Amino acid sequence: MKGIGVSPGISIGKACVIRKIKSSIHEIPPESEADILKEVERFDLAVQQAVLDIEILLDKGKHTLLTEELAILETQIEFLTDPQLKEDVQIKISTEHKPVSIVLEEVIQGLIELFGQMDDEYLRTKAEDFNDIGKRILMHLNGGQATDQLLLPHDPCILIADDFSPSETISLDVTKVIGIATRLGGKNSHTAIIARSKGIPAVAGCGESLNQVCDNDLLIIDGLEGLVWINPDEANITKYTILQEEYRKHSEWLKSLKDTPALTTDGHKISLKANISAVEDMETVFEHGGEGVGLLRTELLFMGHESFPTEEEQFEFYQQIAGKSRQMPVMVRTIDIGADKQQPWLNLPAENNPVLGYRAIRICLDRPDLFMTQLRAILRASKFGKLKIMFPMISSLQELRSSKAMLMEAKKQLADEKISFDMDIETGIMIEVPSAALIADILAREVDFFSIGTNDLCQYTLAVDRMNEQVAYLYDPYHPAVLRLIQQVIQKARHNQIEVSLCGELASDPQATLLLMGLGLTGFSMSAASIPHIKNIIINNSIERARVVAQKVMLMEDSEQIKTYLQLINP
Amino acid sequence: MISKDYIILSPDGIHARPATALLKLSRQFKSVVHVAKNQKTVRLNSMLNLLALSPKFGETITVSVDGEDEQEALEAIGFFFTENLKDI
Repeated sequence: MKGIGVSPGISIGKACVIRKIKSSIHEIPPESEADILKEVERFDLAVQQAVLDIEILLDKGKHTLLTEELAILETQIEFLTDPQLKEDVQIKISTEHKPVSIVLEEVIQGLIELFGQMDDEYLRTKAEDFNDIGKRILMHLNGGQATDQLLLPHDPCILIADDFSPSETISLDVTKVIGIATRLGGKNSHTAIIARSKGIPAVAGCGESLNQVCDNDLLIIDGLEGLVWINPDEANITKYTILQEEYRKHSEWLKSLKDTPALTTDGHKISLKANISAVEDMETVFEHGGEGVGLLRTELLFMGHESFPTEEEQFEFYQQIAGKSRQMPVMVRTIDIGADKQQPWLNLPAENNPVLGYRAIRICLDRPDLFMTQLRAILRASKFGKLKIMFPMISSLQELRSSKAMLMEAKKQLADEKISFDMDIETGIMIEVPSAALIADILAREVDFFSIGTNDLCQYTLAVDRMNEQVAYLYDPYHPAVLRLIQQVIQKARHNQIEVSLCGELASDPQATLLLMGLGLTGFSMSAASIPHIKNIIINNSIERARVVAQKVMLMEDSEQIKTYLQLINP
Repeated sequence: MISKDYIILSPDGIHARPATALLKLSRQFKSVVHVAKNQKTVRLNSMLNLLALSPKFGETITVSVDGEDEQEALEAIGFFFTENLKDI
């Protein structure tokens, strides 16, 4: 049976089927004023009991539930006690003379449809909460008891259900559940998110065929491929027992790589760093074995502020980052915003073509007041850790020189004010505009490092806005033109003996690792969670092999050929 | 009655958590609070109505307050939109 793999891993075990029974109580339609009043009172009472249920859940889980889980429950109380919900139910009972349980189902269905059509994915997921509260009120209308703890057998089992409501998923006992398969749902449903965070293999969206499963059937769940096997034969069980063991070993292996240096089999060191944007991210960098930060985005600091953050506010942020950096390098990218990310303090006019417009370093050079504040804050924090400064969107030597002059000015100011900072702070640039890639030899003489931003480099080289769905298929980092630019930048950096790393999405793409290493890249920066996967490739290959791969790829004529070849050599 | 316009500063717009906080805040006042976006007005006592209005990042909403403590209420709600919202 095929579904959607939503939480990777393999589990083999007995099925436990959870079927929900529809209410069978017959209710009499209310006719008189008194009847109507009675139905409304029944509704109020059921709501009160439902709120009480959730308050008990909240109280019990005060210390054990995750913040998101607590927030879900609090939101559900808001929905339950919503005056609009009560009003809708009340009006329907009195005008349509239907019993309260039918009215409630209709109102909830209406909400699910209304929110289901919204263009905001987050709001669409609220449908699950409406379903949840609707069922809970209904249960109390029928005189039911709260059954938030799903009744499970004592032995570990694989749960089978239509889907789980948020409150059910939260109360799932992970010691008893070894796998989950649901008829409905997808990658972003509550069930999927919770299963992933708890590490339970899960398959969602199996459809009607899941109804064949009976209690105690033997099941195999493959949460990576999205497969469910019912009463499999011996051969299949053996096969999956082996796969399960391999999967377990592989994830333990990846975890164990944390402190293993990223050395190729022939002893070449590759530096693996992380892209982050908040102080809290620093912990995860080291958890995954990152050797510092290859890209610290500073935009979050500026977004959502009524006014430009002061030097003190900024300093505090960089200082906290530096403090948590364990003296590993942190590349701070100066502010990278434009008209597509509107800021109240900047008041940028709308542009027809914001990616080609007034943005990033262009704004900074035009507004020395803003730029100087950021540079001073970074410099002041530089004595607390190994910070480096990186300018984004540089497209000419003139821009680089002006930026460096501003940095000199900031240094001079601080020195005059007798404020200490790292005098020799390393300075580099992002290579993300094709013109910069083409004059990399000229730029390399005046900086300490390059960081290749493949996302923008690809977009500008191929003239493709990747946010535009109609042309997104043209966005292709394996296009020979993009690869040639990357190759050229790496070569020029090496000739000038400056550090070069790559911080776009390509850095975390396992298909690209050998190719980039073969082109001479020695630094990768990516989301922390990807680091173990890329490290695993590095330590199992030699630079020699990577060079052969790169040589072959650079002779190929189109990206389809390149991608097919890379897939072939990276099983 | 007094009213004022605010720009939504949270990148995710007004999702459940900020909405809960906003409702709790407005309940502290005796005045009646309404919020409006694109000529659609809802009373600020219903999570359902507030989410259905779905105010997004960068959009402008109008807050109107009517009642004996309207000045105080608008100040507190204004502070929520200009300061608190960016931290949620």
